[in-house]
Amino acid sequence: MTLLAVENLRIDLASGDKRHVAVDEVSFEIARGETFGLVGESGCGKSITALAIMGLLQRPLMIGGGAIRLDGRAIQDLDQDELQRLRGKRLAMIFQEPMTALNPLLPVGRQIAEMFILHEGASWREAERRAIEVLARVRVPAPELRARDFPHQLSGGMRQRVMIAIALACSPDLLIADEPTTALDVTVQSEIIDLMRELCAANGTAILMISHDLGLVASMCRAVGVMYAGRLVEVRSSADVFKAPAHPYTRGLVASLPRLGSRAAVGQRRLQEISGVVPSIAGFPPGCRFNPRCERATDVCRTDEPAITSLAGGGFVRCHHHG
Amino acid sequence: MLAFAFRRTLQSFPTVAAVALVVFVLFSVIPGSIATSMNDDGRGAMDAEVVERMRKELGLDDPVHVRFTKYVTKLAVLDLGTSFRTREPVSQLLAKRLWPTLQLTLAAMAFAIGIGVPLGFVAAMRPGGVIDAVSMVTAVSGLSIPKFWFGLLLMYLFALKLGWFPTFGYGGWWYLILPAVTLGVSPLALLARTTRAAVLEVINADFVRTARSKGMSETRVVRWHVLRNVAVIVLTTLGLQFGSLMGQAVVVEKLFSWPGIGSLLVDSVFQRDIPAVQGCILLIVLFFLIVNTLVDIACAAIDPRIKYT
Amino acid sequence: MKLGANLIIGGALFLLAIVVGILAPWIAHTDPVMDANLMFAEEPPGREFWFGTDAQGRDIYSRVVHGARISLTVGVFAQLINTIIGTALGLSAGYWGGWWDDFVTGLTNLLLAIPSLIFALAIMAILGPGLTSLLIALGLTNWSFTCRLARASALSLKSQSYVQASKVLGYSHFRIMLTQLLPNMLGPLIVIGTLGMGGTILAEAALSFLGLGIRPPYPSWGSMLSEARDQITTAPWLSVFPGMAIFLTVLGLNLLGDGLRDILDPQSRSRRL
Repeated sequence: MTLLAVENLRIDLASGDKRHVAVDEVSFEIARGETFGLVGESGCGKSITALAIMGLLQRPLMIGGGAIRLDGRAIQDLDQDELQRLRGKRLAMIFQEPMTALNPLLPVGRQIAEMFILHEGASWREAERRAIEVLARVRVPAPELRARDFPHQLSGGMRQRVMIAIALACSPDLLIADEPTTALDVTVQSEIIDLMRELCAANGTAILMISHDLGLVASMCRAVGVMYAGRLVEVRSSADVFKAPAHPYTRGLVASLPRLGSRAAVGQRRLQEISGVVPSIAGFPPGCRFNPRCERATDVCRTDEPAITSLAGGGFVRCHHHG
Repeated sequence: MLAFAFRRTLQSFPTVAAVALVVFVLFSVIPGSIATSMNDDGRGAMDAEVVERMRKELGLDDPVHVRFTKYVTKLAVLDLGTSFRTREPVSQLLAKRLWPTLQLTLAAMAFAIGIGVPLGFVAAMRPGGVIDAVSMVTAVSGLSIPKFWFGLLLMYLFALKLGWFPTFGYGGWWYLILPAVTLGVSPLALLARTTRAAVLEVINADFVRTARSKGMSETRVVRWHVLRNVAVIVLTTLGLQFGSLMGQAVVVEKLFSWPGIGSLLVDSVFQRDIPAVQGCILLIVLFFLIVNTLVDIACAAIDPRIKYT
Repeated sequence: MKLGANLIIGGALFLLAIVVGILAPWIAHTDPVMDANLMFAEEPPGREFWFGTDAQGRDIYSRVVHGARISLTVGVFAQLINTIIGTALGLSAGYWGGWWDDFVTGLTNLLLAIPSLIFALAIMAILGPGLTSLLIALGLTNWSFTCRLARASALSLKSQSYVQASKVLGYSHFRIMLTQLLPNMLGPLIVIGTLGMGGTILAEAALSFLGLGIRPPYPSWGSMLSEARDQITTAPWLSVFPGMAIFLTVLGLNLLGDGLRDILDPQSRSRRL
């Protein structure tokens, strides 16, 4: 059962009187209760894709084409009033920086309680009470005390729990998590990820996980989409993406992951890197956008954009020389 | 909260003391210069007798520490000395003039907030739009215009030509309008700019994006999140402006013959009425410090981050 | 306002004021002080007297033009004094820290507690009128913002590695402050200096208006307005031109300062102004 279908999404960036294409021909599907990951370097467009799904794109960014369907219904052209009805109730998002994502002047309990006022018509008292329950569910100790704290009084991990509490308060169908653990200590990261996984599984909430960390995404998600310079270059199941990455960029990403025990296995080696830099929006190279950095690049790569090739075993790849 | 208020009030005491010291140094220690340099109006040197009397009154012949002690003890009982000119206690003189000045500053501030803040808000909601451009140009002009000139123009247009308001003097509401508008123009301009900047900053902040992602209507976003955060930023500027308004009122009071502290100060300076001058300055500074302290406390009440620093 | 519009308009206005001031003796029609002909007293603006005449029969146009000289000179020099004092105090306070920093901070707070106009007024009261006392009064009372800025910049810059390197190389403190720290805070300093100059010009005008600054018969824009007030019923045009001159000059400086800020100091977006 497909919950979210993104079809050929294009996002434009208006700069002066010029229009650049920031994200192009992005298509993927997420089934109900499924976890899907979107991976890529900074600037590849994964965050703005997430914002586009939520309808939170602001000038100078805008949706330039394609469709976003929630349960079959197109939502990319809805006006703000209708989008508001969806947000919080069916679509929820948590952001990378929990410190700035919360209002510093309001207690966290109140910021959670807002969800119940907005979507379930509760009174403030009722809402605050339920906020404390939600805080307990995200495993915040002494929730009735913490509810009265302000964001700056909490640790980073706590704040992110508050964000999760807010996002999941009204049991949305889809949770979009934009780099939720990047700003946190490593020790806290796995706790947060486990929490998210558990709560969403219990509620049947699908997760769209956005990260630059391929390892994290692969361990958490059933399927992975790899983005580069505004395009999806590969979509595979997580198992396949590690075992047999099809796109040279994915291969580079997988190879660059430092791995425990690798020295014993293959001897001492320098860390692998992908040479070169991600191109800026205004300067995408012709042909395949990865060609300047690709070891397999040939002439056709420099002139023709590769089409989508479906792969046996599910998924697709965009490359002239995949496999 | 109360503890913070108390602490903050206590913090202003050293400043008050320091200012009192500065005023003392300026006026009581620099000798002779006052008692003897009063003949620059071409009126001829002051009578030697008068100079002698002034020296006695100012106690200029006593050693410095004695003078200072006398000064401080008198201050402590709010005895600001006796006016040279009218022979009445300075504190009485000030008390008579205080209310008109307060009226003026409050009215000016109300005018500035009432128009400046909404103007800044509206300008920020459509940045780059017509209202934005017009209000920002108005704001810059408001900051550049000399108050006394603006007051003169208002006086000419609305009082003389149109006859809507009286030109000078003190009386009922009608007399208050022109001076208040004149005094309020530059705080208005500053508040418009500050509000605009604050709104732009807040409305693009991450937590507002979070609020929207919760499914909040834009009106709710503004009411529940934007207003509060903007208020914190604007309040500080507001406080500073209000505090210095009594000082800026000097020129406006002189222009409109408004019987307040400011015009008293100017008149006293001209008449070399040192105790009155001292008293006025102390009062103006005290007002500034009180307003600032109150504003700091108000900010701490709204912004929970402050108490803990 | 579009980037650049501020700079151009502001710069043009300010430049105009300076040029007028410099060329005053040549573009004025009469001597602003001596040429007083009671026969032409209180003439409205016309072909001969472009801006009209005042109660003493002096040509307002010439007085405004010469006033540019006086008001701008005071404004520029007073601001210069302010900037020097503020920079010296703030830079050294931020760099050295310790008791000197405490002292300077205390002094700055003290200065901020006394409204600058009042303080200037008080100093003028003590020193008596005159150009020097005016410069002292204005120069000594407006340095607090510059000082704060210089101090904050010094504090953040002094921990940079190139400063540490200079210390290791044996540069004297003075040399470090002058050659390493100062050039890096020039941008914001220039912005504050420009905006501050507008303030000093307004302050001088206010003091002269009150009769405590430049006194008649010298043509300061401020004192001209004070005379205008007395004649407002009989000669309203007297109120227009000197005030307009102040307004345009200060407006030019404010626009210029804003424009410069966009270029030189883009981080401090107008919150503190």
